[in-house]
Amino acid sequence: MTNQPIITFENVTKRFGKMVAVDNVSLSVEEGEFFSLLGPSGCGKTTLLRMLAGFETPTEGRILIDGQDISNVPPNKRPVNMVFQSYAVFPHMSVADNVAYGLKVDRTPAAEIKRRVEEALELVQLGGLGDRKPDQLSGGQRQRVALARALIKRPRVLLLDEPLSALDAKLREQMRTELCTLQEKVGITFIMVTHDQDEALALASRCAVMNRGVLKQVATPSDLYEFPNSRFVADFIGSVNLFEGVLAVDEPSHAVIRSPDLPIDIFLDHGVTGPRGGTVWAAIRPEKIELHKKVEGGEPPNLGDAPKGTNAVAGIIRHEAYLGGSSVYEVEIAGGRRVKVHRSNLTRWDQEDFKLGETVWLCWHACSPAVLLS
Amino acid sequence: MEQSWKQAKAVFAGALGPPLFWLVLFFLVPLAIVWAYSFGHNNGLVDIAITGTFKNYARAIEPLYLKIFVKSAWVAAITTGLCLVIGFPVALAITFASEKAKTWLLLLIMLPFWTNLLIRTYALIAVLRTEGYVNMGLEWIWKGGGLVGALLGLQPIGDYRPLELLHNNFAVVLGLVYVHLPFMVLPLYSALDRLDKSLLEASLDLGAGHIRTLFKVVVPLALPGIASGVLITFIPALGAYLTPDLLGGPDSQMIANVIERQFKRANDWPFGAALSFLLMYLTFIAIAVQAVLSRKAPEAK
Repeated sequence: MTNQPIITFENVTKRFGKMVAVDNVSLSVEEGEFFSLLGPSGCGKTTLLRMLAGFETPTEGRILIDGQDISNVPPNKRPVNMVFQSYAVFPHMSVADNVAYGLKVDRTPAAEIKRRVEEALELVQLGGLGDRKPDQLSGGQRQRVALARALIKRPRVLLLDEPLSALDAKLREQMRTELCTLQEKVGITFIMVTHDQDEALALASRCAVMNRGVLKQVATPSDLYEFPNSRFVADFIGSVNLFEGVLAVDEPSHAVIRSPDLPIDIFLDHGVTGPRGGTVWAAIRPEKIELHKKVEGGEPPNLGDAPKGTNAVAGIIRHEAYLGGSSVYEVEIAGGRRVKVHRSNLTRWDQEDFKLGETVWLCWHACSPAVLLS
Repeated sequence: MEQSWKQAKAVFAGALGPPLFWLVLFFLVPLAIVWAYSFGHNNGLVDIAITGTFKNYARAIEPLYLKIFVKSAWVAAITTGLCLVIGFPVALAITFASEKAKTWLLLLIMLPFWTNLLIRTYALIAVLRTEGYVNMGLEWIWKGGGLVGALLGLQPIGDYRPLELLHNNFAVVLGLVYVHLPFMVLPLYSALDRLDKSLLEASLDLGAGHIRTLFKVVVPLALPGIASGVLITFIPALGAYLTPDLLGGPDSQMIANVIERQFKRANDWPFGAALSFLLMYLTFIAIAVQAVLSRKAPEAK
């Protein structure tokens, strides 16, 4: 993109006493993105958001909005608005007064306030509820009030702190879609903090994964899932089978990882620019492993993209969880290691294909494992 | 749990009985006796005949006593107002202090409670009297100022005339504010501490400054706490006895001082009883007003 980023964090560090909440984070967000800060609780993502809103000041580094350093700008002068995790809807004001609050502060003419409040309530599908008091609203409606209240200020960036965490599962699903539509409609850059990887993957155009104050990876959801850059990211996003091993072969066209946990070699159909002989990890997602019936004396299956004796291993099904749309199996291979396998239930009888205690073949394509160096 | 307590009637009665007995015997019965006295008159020195007369009440609302009632209410109101103005920022500061500092600050607020009121009042006398610490300090500054003036070749400013800080209405209000401030700070603190801090952040985030946030968000949501602080300060201040007695001058007596005189020096118990009950009705009115106001105030969640 040729435009300058709307938000830039430059080597931002935040310490609370001796605790480092955010450790030298550099990050930029482009105009119009739905950006997500993702990580386990206490990873510093909320601190990062609060620094952007102005409730915390960086110990080191700068934060720029539209190229302007805003480190010394108080929260009420920043062109950003926030939707709080608790929604923070003023309980003593009606819905309309809540939404109008930010405009009244700006001394907007009364007629314009009235019109824009109606528009904003319409936008979040609360039309006609302006006279209600917050205690007459459901949790989901209160959140819409918080959204309308923030959006009515037409901020450069809307900040959302765990926006869906307080809603029940069904409503969460619905709000996800609505947030997406809303963002497309208003065209404002959204930055969302969440600990829920599903939420981040479903909503965000780009995600930053954080752990212990450190930025681990910034990528699109699919890149995070398919091309994680570390064991932390691979493990945090979705579920994964990690095999520690060494790079035995590393050619431009293919590579081989030898792991003490696996009786076979892992063959890759691409080169890895890694340290030959050094420790690497092969990460294989459970849904990328196929289950095949094993017949006595039969040959291991070959998916056609790896040499014989690689990427196929025998094991015994030790655990099975039927989830409706798919089933999760834990398969014990020689050496005692258990491997997780997801299998879609494509027909109504699929979950009966494999039984507990059955010996099966596990195999995967040569392009499926992700190689991690850290 | 709650259900089972109600079902175990014997336990319930056992727990409720002693305090109820205590309350009736040592509070309600004496109160009823005093109430009966208020409808009687003195027959000789110790004998009181209860005749059902309203004479005592009629006398109690004569201009002389009505004026003292009104004045007591004024002094109590001014005290309450000052406590609110001083106490609100204090409570706000404690709310935003760190957890560790909070404990210490609250301890400091409550510390005076552990000292006898009489001792605190005498300490205040030591501070305020003509040769007291305030006047000493002011005199020192005065003399220092005079010395600097003399060095600069200005006219001598003359001797320091001590301020009359004691035995007047000012001393009474100061003393009452000093004594009642904790009563104001604690309910305010508990109301403010319960306040969801993200509401304040939301106000700032929406562009409001700190002053606007204070008056549009903090104060409205702290209203129940303000109401109970006002009540809990106003009522004891209205019935204050020791402070006006020790710090006040001849014109600063409050209704409790008048009541005390009826029971002791004047030996007119029926009239004292009537005054006491009028004071109590005044208190009830204050409580009723607070109840009505707090019902109107929004729930702070």
